[in-house]
Amino acid sequence: MVDRKIEILVGMFVALGLGALFLLAMQVSNLSQIQEHGTYRVTAYFDNIGGLKVRAPVTASGVRVGRVAEIGYDRSTFRARVVLALGTQYDFFPVDTSASIYTAGLLGEQYIALDPGAEEETLKDGSVIQYTQSAMILEQLIGRFLVELTSKK
Amino acid sequence: MIGLLQALGHWSLARVARLGRGHLFLVRTLASLPRLLPRPGLVVRELFSVGVLSLLIIVVSGGFVGFVLGLQGYVTLVRFGAEESLGVVVALSLVRELGPVVTALLFAGRAGSALAAEIGLMKSTEQLAGLEMMAVDPIERVVAPRFLAGFISMPLLAALFSVVGVWGGFFVGSGLLGVDAGAFWSQIQAQVDFRDDVLNGVIKSVVFGFVASWIAVFEGYDAVPTSEGVGRATTRTVVNTALAVLGLDFILTALMFGNF
Repeated sequence: MVDRKIEILVGMFVALGLGALFLLAMQVSNLSQIQEHGTYRVTAYFDNIGGLKVRAPVTASGVRVGRVAEIGYDRSTFRARVVLALGTQYDFFPVDTSASIYTAGLLGEQYIALDPGAEEETLKDGSVIQYTQSAMILEQLIGRFLVELTSKK
Repeated sequence: MIGLLQALGHWSLARVARLGRGHLFLVRTLASLPRLLPRPGLVVRELFSVGVLSLLIIVVSGGFVGFVLGLQGYVTLVRFGAEESLGVVVALSLVRELGPVVTALLFAGRAGSALAAEIGLMKSTEQLAGLEMMAVDPIERVVAPRFLAGFISMPLLAALFSVVGVWGGFFVGSGLLGVDAGAFWSQIQAQVDFRDDVLNGVIKSVVFGFVASWIAVFEGYDAVPTSEGVGRATTRTVVNTALAVLGLDFILTALMFGNF
């Protein structure tokens, strides 16, 4: 009957390990949150994306509606091309929606905020967002501030 | 001078031969794995001695590593007023690095050394030769079940280590130091990615499990059949596993999180 005891203990060990894996997946990671079960892709061109990273969140009024899927540099417009993967349940953004790059907190991560427009037509897979606002670059702000300071004299 | 060169050549040839032997041994072990299928009892018994008996040390160390991470992270983060991120620090360092690596090191010390000593002693008491005499392949009967048990146990132990560690960090951070419990968990869930972090950590632990089990059974099987040889095989198991795991960890980390 020793074998039976061993079998039970091994079974418990395996169950415990698998349970731990499950816990890691569900409680410690973002698997329980939005899953990319269905997304559609929208492109936006920015003059400067600052420190935006792939997988950065895309939000509308603070609610996460998607992620940054791809970042590239467009050879004809000389601007940054950012592809956004938005959840298919959020398929109601008007075509004149604008995208801005903001920073969460003073030094936090950068994310894209969508501001819905007023058109009837909605963004589809492959659409291009017309109105964009670049990231604020701290150095540029300081530079502008310094120029203003010195020009007043 | 010639003698020195000869010694050097002999030494390096011996090393290369050992390396080749190790890989041939691995191929033979892997090839005999399918023949284990009709006899799962062999593996279950080894799972007990390799996995179940390692549980205690893994859980206890995981808890203490979590405590320390919680304390250290808190002391650093509170300076920036970012103690809410404590959960992320604890979870990411455990899931990505410490879980797989520390588990593999503990595994080498607890289970790997025992495997090597067991097989080495079987060899020195000529039990392996006895099996061969009875037309039983010792690799199939003795080595393969132990290898497979180690390979299965490692990821499970590493996952347990990480979970216990995160809870340990939660206990210290939230229970003793007053980090908000809701912020702790929600930050973790927002920042830890399943594919990039958890899955890569699991892949690491699978690779480490493979390497640690392989080194342990090979060192035992290749031991000089004397009591001194068995002792040396045990030492070499722990040392080589530690080196292999840490080196592989660097390569795997560069591949997974390097972004190039």
